[in-house]
Amino acid sequence: MIGAAFFVGAALASLDRAGGICHRPSQGPARATALLGRTIKQRGAVVDFISILSIFVLACFVGYYVVWSVTPALHTPLMAVTNAISSVIIVGALIASAAAAVPGAKWLGLAAVVLASINIFGGFAVTERMLAMYKKKERPVKPAAPEAGK
Amino acid sequence: MSAAVIPDMGIVETTVHAVNPWVALAYLVAGICFIFALRGLSNPESSRKGNRFGMAGMAIAVVTTLVTHEIAGIVEILIAIAIGGTIGLVTARRIAMTAMPQLVAAFHSLVGLAAVLVGVAAFLNPEAFGILGGDGNILAVSRIEMALGAAIGAITFSGSVIAFLKLNGSMSGAPILLPARHVINLAVLGGIIVLTALFAMSGAGGPGESPLFWILVALAFAIGFLLIIPIGGADMPVVVSMLNSYSGWAAAAMGFTLHNTAMIVTGALVGSSGAILSYIMCKAMNRSFISVIAGGFGAVAGPEGGAVKIDRPWKAGSAEDAAFLMKQAESVIIVPGYGMAVAQAQHALREMADKLKEHGVSVKYAIHPVAGRMPGHMNVLLAEANVPYDEVFELEDINSEFAQADIAFVIGANDVTNPAAKTDKTSPIYGMPVLDVDKAKTVLFLKRSMGGAGYAGVENELFFRDNTMMLLADAKKMVDGIVKALD
Repeated sequence: MIGAAFFVGAALASLDRAGGICHRPSQGPARATALLGRTIKQRGAVVDFISILSIFVLACFVGYYVVWSVTPALHTPLMAVTNAISSVIIVGALIASAAAAVPGAKWLGLAAVVLASINIFGGFAVTERMLAMYKKKERPVKPAAPEAGK
Repeated sequence: MSAAVIPDMGIVETTVHAVNPWVALAYLVAGICFIFALRGLSNPESSRKGNRFGMAGMAIAVVTTLVTHEIAGIVEILIAIAIGGTIGLVTARRIAMTAMPQLVAAFHSLVGLAAVLVGVAAFLNPEAFGILGGDGNILAVSRIEMALGAAIGAITFSGSVIAFLKLNGSMSGAPILLPARHVINLAVLGGIIVLTALFAMSGAGGPGESPLFWILVALAFAIGFLLIIPIGGADMPVVVSMLNSYSGWAAAAMGFTLHNTAMIVTGALVGSSGAILSYIMCKAMNRSFISVIAGGFGAVAGPEGGAVKIDRPWKAGSAEDAAFLMKQAESVIIVPGYGMAVAQAQHALREMADKLKEHGVSVKYAIHPVAGRMPGHMNVLLAEANVPYDEVFELEDINSEFAQADIAFVIGANDVTNPAAKTDKTSPIYGMPVLDVDKAKTVLFLKRSMGGAGYAGVENELFFRDNTMMLLADAKKMVDGIVKALD
């Protein structure tokens, strides 16, 4: 629940960065730039940095609470799936390989796409395979009879 | 709360990252999917759904990126994904469950290397990443993020390669101690930090210009290697979790460079996940994270291998003896350890448990958090052998039950059962939480030989107790023997 509350904050910050909400119309970008030139640009970069830093910090809190709620029996699948999702770095690899301007960067990007894909497909598949093995005790045929102790 | 953390956004538009709000939203949705993926793991029932969320999130992130960028060669990209995907799927299908720690270490190394490659690509072609400032130089903030991302990625890569080699047995699990290693490590780490600062402040920030970046990445590769070689096999659960954490921080740093919510959220999730797992593992060994990282544990363990001389009497038993005792028992608690994984004895063990249940014996499993080579290692192996997860208990949930149990059946575990951890203040494992197997009426201790002490290099008092029967054999052979004798 706390996690959800945190995330709203992160969501708002992200929307905001995208220019979705709460602008001060008096400080339109064009006018500001014209007036203050590069200083504003620097300041904008700082504000931008702070806003993504807030997302990061809040997401760390979300991670903290979510991971503590993971049952220890599933710690190995947890590592496998975190492995798979940390390969979201493929986004950077795709951007690098999409741009043709610098061939060196493009080939590095493609190599990174291969590596990240191994991880994404391998990570999710092996997690799926592991999770499919976790089974409950097969209860005897009569579901009506309550089990002692459990 | 949320209002307080959002700074003044009046002039955001002046920065280089002019983002379409829908794209930002799509990455946010991907990030949320990843949160659900981890949330699902709170119990085995919901876990499969969680994994699907993870896949969906990844698909959203990839498709969004492909749709919103001008792509020079989509064919090459699709081929790259197909190659990687095939390798990944085949590996995931073929890998033995006992090899899971190696596989995870190998996967970590790939994330690390991918992060380095992306960092270098961003350095060579900053324009594509939108981090080129007005003066033709890469923005200073982006230079720091890029350097950190590439450095953490490089540490993750070389560290994971060493961890993989040690876990895979291609390299001795024994710690390799270089003289003055702490000084070397600190110097290299300091060097990386100084270089990052210099790189950020240097005037020459043009694409691919500064040699500082290359030196920095090279140093990071070296430190990953240096950090892991002095760490012994028993500390691998901590190392694997720690590298898991690093791979997350590397992704997060790249997310900062790209101002990408999905990457930042994921990086934070994975980073904290690995950090928490490392913490749990350290606590389960009663050791500080620093002492684990400093390495060398188990290196001073006296005579290794079969050279240990034992002049105290112990009771040895056969498979038939064990079968007889267990048949008479009302309750048996099985304590698996790394030895079970090595011998691949989990299937035979479950057969034994089934036979015992036919004889009306209650069977439970007790798992120590650091049993095996990675967090949750034993649980996966038991699940593989079709042991229902509601028969498998964690240390704190079952420890009080040993006092009522007739038999504790220890298979391939050692240090995690050593009563010296509770009583002997001079023992290196003193204070470590252990399973109270010594409180059971009878302890059956399945071990390869009386020689080699546990990984901590400590002799286990339990072997010589009156109520302990040593079953000396390969774990699988012995359990198979017991199964036969139970018929």
